[in-house]
Amino acid sequence: MADLIEAATRTLPLSGFHGGSAAAVLSVATPATRISLRAKPDAVSALSGALGLSLPMKAKTSASLNGRHALWLGPDEWLVIDENEADLMAAVAVSNVLHSATDISHRNTAILVEGRGAEVAVNGGCPQDLSLAVFPVGACSRTVLAKAEIVLLRTAEDAFRVECWRSFAPYVSGLLAEAAEDAGN
Amino acid sequence: MSGANRIPGAGRLTPAKTARFFFDGKSYAALEGDTVASALLANGVHLVGRSFKYHRPRGIVSAGAEEPNALIGVERDAARKQPNVRATVQDVFDGMKVISQNRWPSLSFDVGAVNNLLAPFFAAGFYYKTFMWPKQAWKHVYEPQIRAAAGLGVSPTEDDTDHYSSRYAHCDVLVIGAGVAGLSAALAAAKTGARVIICDEQPEAGGALHYDKSVTIDGQDGFTWAQATAANLAKMDNVTVLPRTTAFGYYAQNFVGLNERVTEHLAKPDKKLPRERLWQVRAKRVIIATGAIERHMVFANNDRPGIMLASAARTFLNHFGVAVGKKVGVYTANDSAYEAAFDLKRAGITVAAIVDSREKPGEAVLAEARSLGIEVLAGHGVVDTGGKLRVSSMSVARNGGGSARKIAIDALLVSAGWTPSVHMFSQSRGKVAYDNETQRFLPGTYAQDCLSVGACNGTNDLQATIEESLAAGELMSNASGFTASEKLALQGVNAFSWTGGMAGAAEGAGADTTVKAFIDFQNDVCAKDIRLAVREGMHSIEHIKRFTTNGMATDQGKLSNIHGLAIAAETLGREIPKVGLTTFRAPYTPVTFGTLINHSRGELFDPTRKTPMHALEEAQGAVFEDVGQWKRAWYYPRAGEDMHQAVNRECKTVRDVAGIFDASTLGKIEVVGPDAAEFLNLIYTNSWDTLKPGRCRYGIMLREDGFVYDDGVVGRMAEDRFHVTTTTGGAARVMNHMEDYLQTEFPHLNVWLTSATEQWAVIAVQGPKAREIIAPLVEGIDLSNEAFPHMSVREGKICGVPTRLFRMSFTGETGFEVNVPADFGPAVWAAIYERAEALGACAYGTETMHVLRAEKGYIIVGQDTDGTVTPDDASLGWAVGKKKTDFVGIRGLRRPDLVADGRKQLVGLLTKDPNVVLEEGAQIVADPNQALPMTMIGHVTSAYWSENCGRSIALALVAGGKAKIGQTLYVPMPDKTIAVEVSDMVFFDKEGGRING
Repeated sequence: MADLIEAATRTLPLSGFHGGSAAAVLSVATPATRISLRAKPDAVSALSGALGLSLPMKAKTSASLNGRHALWLGPDEWLVIDENEADLMAAVAVSNVLHSATDISHRNTAILVEGRGAEVAVNGGCPQDLSLAVFPVGACSRTVLAKAEIVLLRTAEDAFRVECWRSFAPYVSGLLAEAAEDAGN
Repeated sequence: MSGANRIPGAGRLTPAKTARFFFDGKSYAALEGDTVASALLANGVHLVGRSFKYHRPRGIVSAGAEEPNALIGVERDAARKQPNVRATVQDVFDGMKVISQNRWPSLSFDVGAVNNLLAPFFAAGFYYKTFMWPKQAWKHVYEPQIRAAAGLGVSPTEDDTDHYSSRYAHCDVLVIGAGVAGLSAALAAAKTGARVIICDEQPEAGGALHYDKSVTIDGQDGFTWAQATAANLAKMDNVTVLPRTTAFGYYAQNFVGLNERVTEHLAKPDKKLPRERLWQVRAKRVIIATGAIERHMVFANNDRPGIMLASAARTFLNHFGVAVGKKVGVYTANDSAYEAAFDLKRAGITVAAIVDSREKPGEAVLAEARSLGIEVLAGHGVVDTGGKLRVSSMSVARNGGGSARKIAIDALLVSAGWTPSVHMFSQSRGKVAYDNETQRFLPGTYAQDCLSVGACNGTNDLQATIEESLAAGELMSNASGFTASEKLALQGVNAFSWTGGMAGAAEGAGADTTVKAFIDFQNDVCAKDIRLAVREGMHSIEHIKRFTTNGMATDQGKLSNIHGLAIAAETLGREIPKVGLTTFRAPYTPVTFGTLINHSRGELFDPTRKTPMHALEEAQGAVFEDVGQWKRAWYYPRAGEDMHQAVNRECKTVRDVAGIFDASTLGKIEVVGPDAAEFLNLIYTNSWDTLKPGRCRYGIMLREDGFVYDDGVVGRMAEDRFHVTTTTGGAARVMNHMEDYLQTEFPHLNVWLTSATEQWAVIAVQGPKAREIIAPLVEGIDLSNEAFPHMSVREGKICGVPTRLFRMSFTGETGFEVNVPADFGPAVWAAIYERAEALGACAYGTETMHVLRAEKGYIIVGQDTDGTVTPDDASLGWAVGKKKTDFVGIRGLRRPDLVADGRKQLVGLLTKDPNVVLEEGAQIVADPNQALPMTMIGHVTSAYWSENCGRSIALALVAGGKAKIGQTLYVPMPDKTIAVEVSDMVFFDKEGGRING
């Protein structure tokens, strides 16, 4: 029967979304693969080897290489994102150390906030101190944007990646749009 | 000309920049930078409102945020009407419409003023005494009448068309107030490189420099220095200067709420701009530089329009260039008012006399008064005033009695001294201390990392204020980890240092109970009311406040609290600190609701969560219902169908053919690790180690107290991986519950939890033709009953994409739940829907799902249980592992009251009349003829019309219910009593064969 089946196509959340203001431009990130990776400290080095980047061990830090990002979310928890859609589940499966990996590629979606007002726009709903001294490039945090949970990653001095669960995307992008507008004032 | 009382050359506004505005329909000229108050005074308008209780004519008392009287309505258009705006803080903009409040038919002739004559009946506490009898009248007569009469201003009825914004900010040093003290502190802090935010409620920096023209700082005019300093600060990268921004609330750990008014002063604001912006600032250190507020004098008829604070008159003259009268009197207990008289005199205004309650005024000001030729009546008091809609005379008498001399005036400037603004300090939970020498409350014990400087700290001298503030700026920066390379120094010079001050009733307030000597203008509280409160037994200031309503108006007693306290202390014969001080609470000044909710309106009020298939379901005609934050397809009406017809058709179709249902909102938790089964053993009542990979089990979890917390089907994907499902509403809390236990009780287990709710789109396909519908779309899974029995799970492909396919059922029919990665949900739904339609099946919604599961007696946690139901009560005792030695709730289940006889148990109810559908929540009794109140033995938890059973069905919690099966009970309703027969919980396919089809 398989040949009769037309392969299902993807419908992306926030498909085609863009907005914001001149100060803070908003766009939706391209699809990426993501896993929630959980492991104890003794497994970190093997998992780092399997992923090809060093899993960060310090709060609010991340590691990035060639479009692959590992974000520290907790003492035993990382969000790993691959913008090139590599099979992360397969990558960590070969580590041969105790860990848990769960595919959450479709659970999350990401909104990119870029421009000189990006910091102010995110601070429209996020209570964290996002000054460069405290939240430098590469800093990340699981935090809130008003009434939604987000994972925030600073990708450049004036750019953030805002990860949220897919059903929260309209709310998160809507709030960011209003805050981005005000960031230009 | 922008008003007859504008003095050429005086003030800081630009004469060429004019604006026009309307007050009660009449057009007036103003200057750019005017407040409504200064513009009205420039035009000779003193009467601006009526008081709350007595409807007495009232004018402008102050020139700032403390204003109790001059409350106005400001209208931009039909939707944007702001009541209770203080005329003293609202800038005039061209074309603005201002209306007076609390008067009818007009401001100068107000029918409500009859209350003034009836005042003897409205003594303090009259609410509590007058409306006591008859009892019924309170609800039907008094309260509605009082409510109609109460309240100031009229709120708009249309939606607010403005928008509001929010910003979180962090800084090393937050400086509240941009007067001499605040600017000095900010300057010192900024020089260290610390991140500084400085805010001030006024349009520009300066604080007291608005009125005190005598000040120079480093040889520069004080106000000019303030503007230059603020501008320099604003240019620094590490400093944010926020004018028109009030620090309204001081919360825990130096979290301070600021209200920035962005467009309130603009005639045609850019639509992109928010009207106001809420700043939520977390500061490492806070410097409070909020200054002091002048108090009025308390004497007979001290509330006539034209009677105002001396500093206000000085502000109107020196900042706005407006003379508040042509012949002014001064009544004071403090040197500061003399300077107002001097400034007015030098501007060419006649000063009739300075009446000073003190025998010995300050020598320096006395000498200056003499040299300016101003008569000073020391040891005198103003014992009365005359005038109807504006003060026209003051009656002056020597302290202690004697005949009064009537002096004609058209304005009276008053000052009883200065109250340090300790609001922010007190809100920070700091404890104020009473300073006996100066008779004022000052910051005492600090509770947070903050420091008060300047007048709010009781520092009067200018140079002392500067030095204290510079030191504070440096100290607080040091504490945040910043040091200055050089010490800052500033030299401040002013004309006079002030002595004096009094609190409480002045000579003219009378000792009796008839004189109207106001202490709280807005709530019409007089000195006599405080005395009455004390006589009636109120001894604590908190009781006195509530009995008299002193300080309970929108100005929160900024002028009146100290007076009220002093009078209470005097009447009680106690020291002021012994009577106590009422607590200062946020907000410092009123904050609009728009600012507080900012972005949380309309679509952004709360996240609206939609499933991946939402748009398709919408196109298929679904009606949605709210389930928490989710929108779920409720039913799919076809042309001409109402809800019942649609649900009946859907129910019938599912059982006769099949149906497809969006179950994506079900909570999903991936439980992974070698100890996953052991963890589930502890969380759920049933056993999990016996479950083989590829199989599923229905599980129940309890709270520690033994009551059902959640339920769901769990599939074992591998030895070390489970796919747990929860109820839609329970998704987040079940995850937290599990994580909580894992981290605190079972940290030794190697297992991790990940929420996967939104990773999967879930399409339930249920009914006799379910297999036939999906079969052509599935690859790699043998769907036969033998290979894939009920309660199994397989991984394979559907429509060419990966799926976790569950064989399970919440309908009692042969059923599958197709899980696919969420982005594929719509395409897979469309493919299944196409197959379903071709075979005569349909899409169904949550209502049909509810009916079908009730026909089978499947419970919904949270509907059929209410947090007091055990597994046994719900006939789910089979799901509790009898051999298990531990799980969350195992000890709770053994509590005596949880195993006692007569507990409420879930049973079925069949109405004697099959066409009657019970109401959910209806109470159940055994004897309908029992006298009221009847003994209620349970309630209906679920009730539906079942098209498949051809009758109504219901589930109910009934005391000792299982033993009552077969018995008749009654459901009394307002119009009739419904007889029901208790049954078991399964109404359809009692043998349960269909599920294995």
